[in-house]
Amino acid sequence: MAVAVGRPSNEELRNLSLSGHVGFDSLPDQLVNKSTSQGFCFNILCVGETGIGKSTLMDTLFNTKFESDPATHNEPGVRLKARSYELQESNVRLKLTIVDTVGFGDQINKDDSYKPIVEYIDAQFEAYLQEELKIKRSLFNYHDTRIHACLYFIAPTGHSLKSLDLVTMKKLDSKVNIIPIIAKADTIAKNELHKFKSKIMSELVSNGVQIYQFPTDEETVAEINATMSVHLPFAVVGSTEEVKIGNKMAKARQYPWGVVQVENENHCDFVKLREMLIRVNMEDLREQTHSRHYELYRRCKLEEMGFKDTDPDSKPFSLQETYEAKRNEFLGELQKKEEEMRQMFVMRVKEKEAELKEAEKELHEKFDLLKRTHQEEKKKVEDKKKELEEEVNNFQKKKAAAQLLQSQAQQSGAQQTKKDKDKKK
Amino acid sequence: MRTQWSPSAAPVTPLSPLHPDDRHPCALGPMDPLRRSPSPCTSRPPSPRTPPCEMLGHVGIEAVLEQLKIKAMKMGFEFNIMVVGQSGLGKSTMVNTLFKSKMWKSTLPGLGVPMPQTLQLQSVTHIIEENSVKLKLTVTDTPGFGDQINNDKCWDPILGYINGQYERYLQEEILITRQRHIPDTRVHCCVYFVPPTGHCLRPLDIEFLQRLCRTVNVVPVIARADSLTIEEREAFRRRIQHDLRAHCIEVYPQKCFDEDISDRILNSKIRDRIPFAVVGADQEHLVNGRCVLGRKTKWGIIEVENMAHCEFPLLRDLLIRSHLQDLKDITHNVHYENYRVFRLNQSHALPRGPGWVNLAPAPADLTATPGPWKVRWQAHDSSDEEC
Repeated sequence: MAVAVGRPSNEELRNLSLSGHVGFDSLPDQLVNKSTSQGFCFNILCVGETGIGKSTLMDTLFNTKFESDPATHNEPGVRLKARSYELQESNVRLKLTIVDTVGFGDQINKDDSYKPIVEYIDAQFEAYLQEELKIKRSLFNYHDTRIHACLYFIAPTGHSLKSLDLVTMKKLDSKVNIIPIIAKADTIAKNELHKFKSKIMSELVSNGVQIYQFPTDEETVAEINATMSVHLPFAVVGSTEEVKIGNKMAKARQYPWGVVQVENENHCDFVKLREMLIRVNMEDLREQTHSRHYELYRRCKLEEMGFKDTDPDSKPFSLQETYEAKRNEFLGELQKKEEEMRQMFVMRVKEKEAELKEAEKELHEKFDLLKRTHQEEKKKVEDKKKELEEEVNNFQKKKAAAQLLQSQAQQSGAQQTKKDKDKKK
Repeated sequence: MRTQWSPSAAPVTPLSPLHPDDRHPCALGPMDPLRRSPSPCTSRPPSPRTPPCEMLGHVGIEAVLEQLKIKAMKMGFEFNIMVVGQSGLGKSTMVNTLFKSKMWKSTLPGLGVPMPQTLQLQSVTHIIEENSVKLKLTVTDTPGFGDQINNDKCWDPILGYINGQYERYLQEEILITRQRHIPDTRVHCCVYFVPPTGHCLRPLDIEFLQRLCRTVNVVPVIARADSLTIEEREAFRRRIQHDLRAHCIEVYPQKCFDEDISDRILNSKIRDRIPFAVVGADQEHLVNGRCVLGRKTKWGIIEVENMAHCEFPLLRDLLIRSHLQDLKDITHNVHYENYRVFRLNQSHALPRGPGWVNLAPAPADLTATPGPWKVRWQAHDSSDEEC
């Protein structure tokens, strides 16, 4: 039975006009409903020195107190601490994971500070890749641990970026969405802040660091993203304590010379950061992580393993050829190993056999020796026995002879007395 | 606004649609919560490490839903539907009625259109837009199905086509440099037209359904239901349901994919009415001053959108208004995964290594069906019977 599939080419994709209400405009709602019941994952990595205010900022951002004790400055190296939380707001459930760099910038030699961070990020990508490559996989309820956003905390020196910052950001920019922020911004005066910001941005540009660009291709968010991008890096102040301002309580830091309000846009850029990070671009951050950073990692990893697709026409074919080649190679290796093992086995067996044979021979010899000894002994015993018997015989003979003599003597004695008696008569 | 933290990821209560203004008039008949689409994923309980957090004040996390929507609308949606049935059952008309447009010319019998001698699959793709939601719709028709004298293995080309689409997607997915958005040509739903004999399923129907319900979501409908009275329809429906159960044919919505209680209740109501008795029409007539789609006969006008006349609104609501996303999800998460597992196993994947696989050349005969569902979701309530 012949099968012909008539499929028009893509140019014939025409727009059709509907003559009534069909109802698929509920599609976005269906999609959103589904995502809502699945819940969302969001993972933030906070990179910054100890004591720069990472935990406080996280608390302030998400309006809650995440349990954590402050880190010491004595860490021997940088390590990453990940904590997961489940937050819910109206009907949206968020699995938030906050990854902290403990001990960053504390060491005397900071050459390798960036390494644990890069390793962690790669490990998350690897985990996802592994899951994706499994035969029986379950991607739809996989807990995504890939880092979606990296908040890089810049110390508020007021001068420029530290070389550690530049090096770390350069290493991270192709792996994660970097959002630089100036921490503890209440220690910088307003005019200094402006200079500081422009210095930082120009240094980033001149060093080729790719920070996260807020998307401007969507009309609804383009405007707000464009206006906010001007204020990068955001100078933030974090605080979980509330101070009474006017007639309501607000998050603020109280100083003898005044009160720094966290949510006041004149005082710091915290509101901007919250807008950008959570309210406007959270989904874009997740998508960029998946479609750009993860794909890059995947491509590099697979190419490293020796797979490649050549030109677009023969894509499936060459991939299969590569597969076959790899497979044969692997099988060949397996076979070689098998041969080696077999030979070793045979050799060992032979050795063992020889040993055993020797032992057997020894045993035989021993046995023979023993047998001979035994026989000799036996002969000796026999000889002795014979001797003994002879002696006994001799003794018996002597005894018999003696007895005979004695009886003769007695008889002659008796005869003599009889003769004497006869004589006397 | 104080937000609450729910201590565990308990089964989700039915969610109301996000927009307070509901623009879509649903056929709120015997199945009103049709709007809610069941989801395939269970939420996991928090691991012991995740302490509960109480949030004070508004953070703005729920804005992510809006962002999601914007992104989805920008990217557009895709939907692929296949209609299978003998010629003359009104498949093309049904498609036109469903999407309220002339997908293709519905063929009237006896108009000199030659009956195809072999089974051919014809696909037509259109982009339709409604309220700034773009949908790329592909309809695959199967003229010639079941029309020959000897219909043995007439399902093979169809299975081959469906598996071919899975193969295409798989090839795209295993590329090293892959596209940002892989074009989805997989068949999301197959509507099977049962001729209105009034008796029970024919052997051809049973054979076909058995094979296909393992590979794709199948929705059987009673075609040309205007030739049956209401009582006959009910009796026919019960007999068909009995036949389906007897042969262990799981049609959409499948029982084993029900997530939780609310899903089960919703889907049970749908399952009770499957197969829908539908009538298709693409001509409008005047009835009581209103312009309605219908078929004009000497004894009256059969209104397509009238629940009292036929069950077309139920079909439309199921396919488009409430379960479209679910159809796509089940195709992607279950049927496609099954096919993938089958193919990868076929290639005797390398035992060790980083997990990358060698794909054997695609089999020339793509009609092998992977067998019963190997991928199952964990339903909260594991009290469903399996075939």
